[in-house]
Amino acid sequence: MKRVSILNRKNALTLFLVIVMYAVIQGLIVTDILPPLYTSTLIQVCVYVILAASLNLINGITGQFSIGHAGFMAIGAYLAGIVSVKFHGPLFLSLLVGGIVAAVAGFIVGLPTLRLRGDYLAIATLGLGQIVMIIFQNIDYFGGAAGMQVGRHINWSWAFWVTIISLVVIHNFVNSTHGRACISVRENEIAAEAMGVNTTKYKVLAFTLGAFFAGVAGGIYSNYMYFIQPTTFNFLTSFNILVMVVLGGLGSMTGSILGALIMTVLNVALSGIPSLRMVITALLLIIMMLFRPSGLMGTKEFNLNFLEKKGERNVA
Amino acid sequence: MLKIGNLSKSFGGLKAVSNLNIDIKDGELIGLIGPNGAGKTTVFNLITGVYEPTEGEILFRERKIDGLKPYQVTHRGIARTFQNIRLFADLNVIDNVKIAYHQHAKYSSLGAILRLPSYFKGEAEMEKKALELLKVFRLEGKAREVAKNLPYGEQRRLEIARALAAEPKLLLLDEPAAGMNPQETHELMELIRWIRDTFKLTILLIEHDMSLVMGVCERIYVLDYGTIIAQGGPDEIKSNPKVIEAYLGEEAI
Ligand SMILES: Nc1ncnc2c1ncn2[C@@H]1O[C@H](COP(=O)(O)OP(=O)(O)OP(=O)(O)O)[C@@H](O)[C@H]1O
Ligand SMILES: [Mg+2]
Repeated sequence: MKRVSILNRKNALTLFLVIVMYAVIQGLIVTDILPPLYTSTLIQVCVYVILAASLNLINGITGQFSIGHAGFMAIGAYLAGIVSVKFHGPLFLSLLVGGIVAAVAGFIVGLPTLRLRGDYLAIATLGLGQIVMIIFQNIDYFGGAAGMQVGRHINWSWAFWVTIISLVVIHNFVNSTHGRACISVRENEIAAEAMGVNTTKYKVLAFTLGAFFAGVAGGIYSNYMYFIQPTTFNFLTSFNILVMVVLGGLGSMTGSILGALIMTVLNVALSGIPSLRMVITALLLIIMMLFRPSGLMGTKEFNLNFLEKKGERNVA
Repeated sequence: MLKIGNLSKSFGGLKAVSNLNIDIKDGELIGLIGPNGAGKTTVFNLITGVYEPTEGEILFRERKIDGLKPYQVTHRGIARTFQNIRLFADLNVIDNVKIAYHQHAKYSSLGAILRLPSYFKGEAEMEKKALELLKVFRLEGKAREVAKNLPYGEQRRLEIARALAAEPKLLLLDEPAAGMNPQETHELMELIRWIRDTFKLTILLIEHDMSLVMGVCERIYVLDYGTIIAQGGPDEIKSNPKVIEAYLGEEAI
């Protein structure tokens, strides 16, 4: 039998490239070549890469339609903030709590709505986004409408490696029999059931996992931004994440990463002129619909498979 | 093996299946025939839990299976193909088969996320089993091709291969020869008999192609307007006046 293990050339090279990327950016930061403003952009890229990749797991891989991802981000941001500020907990715990509470919320919303077919999930997640915002606005413990002072407890290195770990976890899940079960739901739900796939279970699992990572991303965000407000996590933010996923190509992880990178850089560059930002986003979407209707990457992945002998490709 | 008692299914006012009784023994190869709209596919959908019966019960290996969800029925040991092919069209051939192996997977999602040895072992085993199955259906050369790009006859064969990957005891085939040419149909006939013997299966198949039905089925049920109008061996069915009438009646329209 062919030997397959974690120690192959492709993984080694990927790890090498990731370390090089980290080292170069870290080098630019410590030598002050990269001004602090750009560090903030880099952290935002990390946050949105996780958000886009986790929404892609729900919408792209499993074929569901969630449009309230900022709601889970908000839950993660606030809960992680509470752990950092009120309990002086370590960063790791802060992010973990943010993720777990968001995942619990995801499970509670997902379980009843995902058993139904159709667009119930879209309505439920839209509602969740609003409800979460209203809750944080009206509870004084969370700072109310004025927002919550969190301070800064995370640096670029942490943000980077948490992002990498999140991506590895999502990638490993997708490229497994469990990920294939999720993909089969997207491809043909009736056939998936008939082949013995518990479709409700995998929809809920993907949704809960997606919510977890949205919570982690929210945690990175609040631990960096000094200050968070409920309105930061409004529908526009959810929409933004959705655009990243669609732009990159529903179902493509590397597409989501690319989409998050492009949109975040664009948003930062145009942050002074919000109206122009909206116009450019709209234009970008229209151009994409015309020339690449299935997104920049389609459902394909950019990978280093060409290094391997033929016949080792996986789904996705 | 499969015992269907007084099964009925109504869609609004329409009685698609009424008072159906079918009894299939271990290892049999049974045909279910009847004119268009007779209710054959509805019977499959009732057995596999897609529809809930209005009345009656379905016993599979002495246990009640009506009321179960489709995936639970599959876990009990019944797999099917579809009249209108329902492959995972955009996935490659081998992944279609692997998805049906999913219920027998030997690693957890945690094992996959942490890439534990169980993941690599489980994946290698699935790959091996899937390729073996594809070989039976002469599809191993096309393992990495996208399912929707296969010619029609091969898509039908892939659907059967995928159903077998679920490792069923009872296989339900809904018009497996539809759209095949006579040469392909003949090969399929041999194949069906061969898989029944090799995999020790019981098979219930719906088919319009009479040469196939009469050629492979040991016993045949004839359905018309949702009720069984005749049953017996191929020769009995061929000469049964009720059956001739049901089919002639259809042609007269
Ligand atoms: N989901 C449904 N809702 C309403 N009516 C249905 C439904 N499914 C089937 N029917 C009706 O039940 C009857 C039996 O349909 P069925 O598909 O079982 O026939 P069949 O014997 O498989 O026909 P064919 O040979 O054309 O495949 C038809 O009149 C059909 O219109
Ligand atoms: Mg039919």
